[in-house]
Order: sequence, then C-alpha cells, then structure tokens
Amino acid sequence: MTGRAPVLSVRGLSVRFLMPGGRRVAAVTDAHFDVAPGECLALVGESGCGKSVLASALLGLLPGNARTAGEALLGPLDLLAADERTLARTVRGRLVGLVPQSPAAHLTPVRTIRSQLAETLAALTPVRGRSALRAATRAAAERAAFPADHLDRHPHQLSGGLAQRAATALALAGDAPLLLADEPTTGLDRDLVDRTVDELRRHVDADEGRALLMITHDLAAAERIADRVAVMYAGRIVELADATAFFGTPGPRHPYSRGLLQALPDRAFTPIPGLPPELGDLPAGCAFAARCARADDACAELPPAGPVLCHHPHTAVPEAADRA
Amino acid sequence: MLDLRAVTAGYPGHPPVFRDVSLTVAPGESAGLLGPSGCGKSTLARVAALLHRPDAGTLHLDGERIRHWRHRAPRAQRTAFGVVFQQPRLSADPRLTLADLVAEPLRATGDREHLGERVAALAARVGLTGDLLSRRPHEVSDGQLQRACLARALVLRPRWLVCDEMTAMLDASTTAALVGVVEEYRAETGAGLLAVGHDRVLLDRWCDRTVEWSSLITPAAQAPAR
Ligand code: SF4
Repeated sequence: MTGRAPVLSVRGLSVRFLMPGGRRVAAVTDAHFDVAPGECLALVGESGCGKSVLASALLGLLPGNARTAGEALLGPLDLLAADERTLARTVRGRLVGLVPQSPAAHLTPVRTIRSQLAETLAALTPVRGRSALRAATRAAAERAAFPADHLDRHPHQLSGGLAQRAATALALAGDAPLLLADEPTTGLDRDLVDRTVDELRRHVDADEGRALLMITHDLAAAERIADRVAVMYAGRIVELADATAFFGTPGPRHPYSRGLLQALPDRAFTPIPGLPPELGDLPAGCAFAARCARADDACAELPPAGPVLCHHPHTAVPEAADRA
Repeated sequence: MLDLRAVTAGYPGHPPVFRDVSLTVAPGESAGLLGPSGCGKSTLARVAALLHRPDAGTLHLDGERIRHWRHRAPRAQRTAFGVVFQQPRLSADPRLTLADLVAEPLRATGDREHLGERVAALAARVGLTGDLLSRRPHEVSDGQLQRACLARALVLRPRWLVCDEMTAMLDASTTAALVGVVEEYRAETGAGLLAVGHDRVLLDRWCDRTVEWSSLITPAAQAPAR
C-alpha cells in the first residue's frame, strides 16, 4: 500500500430496504473497505448478493425505501450523507465517474457521441467556447481510445466495444478521482472483456491519483486487472484479499470464495451446493452455513469482523489437501 | 444426427446473417459452437431447433428431412428439442409461477398425468428448493429463473438440447451447476447437445468438441459488409 490517503473509504456501510408489511431486506451489511490511489479493487459476488446496491449507495441512486447507515468518505465528503444537489453537482461525473453496465442504455440514442461528450465536458469542466470544446471532445475521445472519425455516429451505429469506449470517455470526462465500473463486461465476448478491463486498468495507471472500484460477477475479469478482491455473499463482504494471493497461492481463505473459484471451468468446475439465502430472511449466524462443508456449531454465531468473515477459514499457507 | 447443410438464414428486409453454413452433431454428442456476439451463431442454433426457418439449405433430424419450422413443424419434431436461451427474463412468461413455467410444455401437449411429480423431480434436479416454485419471475434472481428455464427445457425429455449462451449472465457456481444438470441428463438419456457460446474455456470444458464459427464461414460466403 502506498500510505497515501485512500480515494474512497467505506466504513460500516449498511443498506436496508423497507418493504410493504414491515419486512426489511438486508441488502448490504456492515461493509468496510478502502480504495487507494492507483488501485483497482474488484467487488465480486453472484447476482443478488448486494454488490449493485452498494454501488447505487455510493452514487446516491438508491430508491426511496432504502435506509443507509455508516460512512462512505470520498475525501472529506460522506457520500451517504450528501444531499441530492451535492450529489448531482459535485459527485456524479466530477468525483465519481460511472462506467455503466450497459453502455447502449446509458448513451442517449438520438444524439451523436460528439454532442454527448461535448455536453458532458461543458457541464463538468471549465472548458468554454466552440473550438475549445471541439478540441476537448476530441481529446476526451482519444483518451478512451474512441476513434475520432466515429464521433459523429449515433450509439446504435457503434459496435459493442466502441459503445463501451464511448461510455468510458463520458465517465472519464470530469476527471473524477474514483471510477466506478458496474458489471462493465456483462454480455461481452471474452476478447472484448479483456480489452474493456485492460482499458479501465490503463486509466488507473495513467493517473496515479485515480482509483477504480469494479463490481463484477466475472472472476476472470477481476483476476485480469484487480489489485485486491472483495468477495460479497448475502450482503456482507466475507473476504478482502490481495488478488495475487486470492487467485494464485494460497488461494481464497473463505469457504464461499474458495467454492466460487473452484466452480470456474478452468478449475474444478464443481458448483457450490444449494442456493444463497434470501436477503429478507437471513439466518442468525454465518449466512453460508447451510452450504458450507466446514460448518459446525460455532457457525450459528456470526464470525467476528476481520479480513475473512469465517470461524474456520482456510489457512494462509497452502494446505496439503489442496495440493493433492 | 442433427445435420445442417449449406444453410443460409437471415431476417426479412436484411441481407442474410450467414450463407452456406454446414454443421453436424452426432447422436449423443456434445458440440460447442464458439463465436463473438452478433456473428449469427444464435440464428444457426434457432434453425437447428426448428425455431427459425432458413432461406436456403437443409436440416435433417435423426435422418428425417425437416420441411417445416416453428408452429408448422410436427409436434413430434418440435418436442425432440429442449432449448435454453441467454436471458431467462425474455423467455419466461412473467405471469406464471416457476412451477407453471416448468409444467407449461406438459400442459401444452395434454400430458397431464404425473404432472406434479415430474415438476417436483425436475425442480429438485435443477436445485430449486423451498417455496421458489410458487414464486413468479420477478420474485427470483436471474440464476434461479434460469434453473427453472432449464427444467422446462427438460420436462418433455428431449433427444436434443440446444443451449444458446445459457450461462452468459450467471456466476461461476450457477454456471457449473446448470452445466452439471445438462450433463447428468445427457448421461442418463443419451441426448445430444449443441451449446452456443463465446467463452472458449467453458465450451472446451463442457463439450466433446468445440467448433469455431469462423471455421464454418468461407470468406466468399460471408454476408456482405454494410
Ligand atoms: S463461519 Fe462456518 S459456516 Fe461460515 S463459512 Fe466459515 S466455516 Fe463455513
């Protein structure tokens, strides 16, 4: 770690949805993590685990029935406490650049990429005047490797890869210190996944003050660019680990993370038995207990907070059984 | 045998998506068809499953020449296929409970005997537990809905399975679970499989052989660039 102040510091973040009939859905519970300048943190987990809700909380985009607790500090600003005016004027685009899940849905269909980019630059930067904006637009496109001769096209005239670059150019336009990529590779071919995440990584490396939080269910994409990995299960971050150790040796320490990795087709290709619990009806102890081969009586209690949320984590050194 | 010969297919008002493509899958064999999105491989899979009428070329299903597609195909031919698509939300009727969704093909064929048993057995097989069967699509996750769609594809005990990007939206564990269900069914029944996808690692692990879409297309036969 660099020792510099983190770009984003999340402390005890929880999100509850209040449902009709007084039901409460615990979408995110007590999340703690930092993202340092120059770092890429991948938040991984299956659909419904709470990772997208966490992203929405950081952008102030939660629905009205959501209640949050904890802090998400971006510099001196607490994103959870900020009002809509602050979020709209200073956070989205300026402090947090969003790389969306579906660029096609994020781009305005009836306008050219050039006009959308110019408008975003005019809104987020001090650049003024036609010719200055034209030059800035070209520079912004170039930064995201979007070809200048495609600027006058409409979104539907772009391939999936170019639409993703256009969306990335918009996300980078305001020079935000935090890039938040929400499932940026869903539905893309493997080659395009690689290119998309490599470009995201490049934007972190190109500006050492910038950080990237990538939310994904794609472990291969996470392995490719992440420095650290946070694994989310049933609303909690169950493991926070260095990516090299996580994907290599000794491997994940939490039984869920280990199961997820072993399910990959280039590993054991065996699923974790069972299904995740409902977020509206979580068990009292460890939420993974019903599916866990290591579960015992201790697991009826919630494991103590730490980098691995488990009573019986795998050890940090390779185990004989795993090498067999 | 699933035998596609010199197939050309497309959509009205557009140039063909591909021309002159041939592909054969032997009985009981699993073939992976690998290609980037938008290349036409899904259209070929739909032709093979009798869901899309080609403009030219022939399809033989277990020796029989196919003459009609979609609702015009004879029932016995249509029900020889179980098909699973990429996006369960687009292929599942939002008004049905998952139990009704799974049972739908059985009802449609008038085969109501043992309906409850069949649905329960399949639900257990695809891992749909507890009260999930009584819920509607918006009350379950993508992974849970895709489990139901796979159960539906198996409910008439098809001889052929066509899985078009079945796991593209799913996490690693759900992917491994659904592929496991398909393979267990095939081991039991000897059904053949055409699995369409863009993930080489997955198709290589899953299938007996992986065919690259680009190898099926001769440059001259490629649809003209727009
Ligand atoms: S706390 Fe217990 S049940 Fe939970 S993951 Fe660890 S060993 Fe398994």
